[in-house]
Amino acid sequence: MSGITTCDDGRDGSGGSTAAERATLCREVVVANAHGLHARPADLLAREARRWQSRIELVADAQRVDGKSILEVLTLAAEAGTRLVVEATGPDAGEALEAISRLFELKFNEHDNERNS
Amino acid sequence: MKFSDFVATDAIRAHVAAGSKEGVIREMVQALVDAGRIAAGEQEGIVKAIMKREDLGSTGIGRGVAVPHTKHPSVDRLVGTVAVSPAGIEFESLDGEPVHLLFLLVSPPDRPGDHLRALENISRQLRDDTFCRLLKAAKGPVDIQHLLEEADAQGVAS
Repeated sequence: MSGITTCDDGRDGSGGSTAAERATLCREVVVANAHGLHARPADLLAREARRWQSRIELVADAQRVDGKSILEVLTLAAEAGTRLVVEATGPDAGEALEAISRLFELKFNEHDNERNS
Repeated sequence: MKFSDFVATDAIRAHVAAGSKEGVIREMVQALVDAGRIAAGEQEGIVKAIMKREDLGSTGIGRGVAVPHTKHPSVDRLVGTVAVSPAGIEFESLDGEPVHLLFLLVSPPDRPGDHLRALENISRQLRDDTFCRLLKAAKGPVDIQHLLEEADAQGVAS
C-alpha cells in the first residue's frame, strides 16, 4: 500500500457516516507513457475507475475531474511526465487506488516505440 | 488549442453520406484531400492507419461523438475536420450508441502534445449539451464553422 495517504482537504467532518466511509484516500501518480493520456489510456482509466463503487477523481494543478468519465479525463491533456493525484472516496477506495495506480505504472500497456496512437 | 488551430474549414461536412465506420472515415479523409490539407497519394495509407487504430479500441468516446485519428509522417502539422451524420453511424462506441459527430485528426508522429491539446479542446467543448445538440442540428458546413468559432471565442472568456 505504498504511497497511499489520507487526504486532508477540509471537505470531511460533516454528516453522520463514519470516518472510514467518508475518508478520501489519495496517491500521486506520474503519466509515464510517451504519448500522454490520450484517448486509449483515458478509456482504460475510466473503465477501471467505473469498476469501483468509490468516487474517483483526478487532480492536476488547477483542475479536478471525474475519473469515471473519458471526456473529463481527456480535458486534463496530461502529457508524459505530468504528475496527478488520484483521489478515491468510498468503501473500496484503497483497492481502487491500487488498481488505478497500477495502470499508470504499467504505462497503460503502451511502449514508447509504438507507431499507432 | 482552439478548433480554428486544426479544423480545415473547407473540409467540414454537415451531412455525410456514408453509413459505415470505414465509409465515413474515407469520406472525411477525402474531404481533407479536396481541401488541400492531405496529399492525394497518402489517402489510402491514412485511411488504413486510422482503421488500424480503431481496431485497438473504438474512438467513439460516448455521447454520439467519435474522434478517429492517426499519426502520419505526410503531415507537418496537426490537421483535422468535422463531420455530422444526422442518421448516425454504428461505431462500436464505448457506450454502444451510434455516432453523430466526428472529429478526425491526423498529426505528425513527433507531436503528441498537439494531439492531446486537440483532444482536450474537443472533449471540453463536448461536455456542453447545447453545443452537441446545435452541431447535430447544423444545416450546412457554415453553421458548423460558426458554432466552432463561437466555442473558440467562449474559451477565451472562461
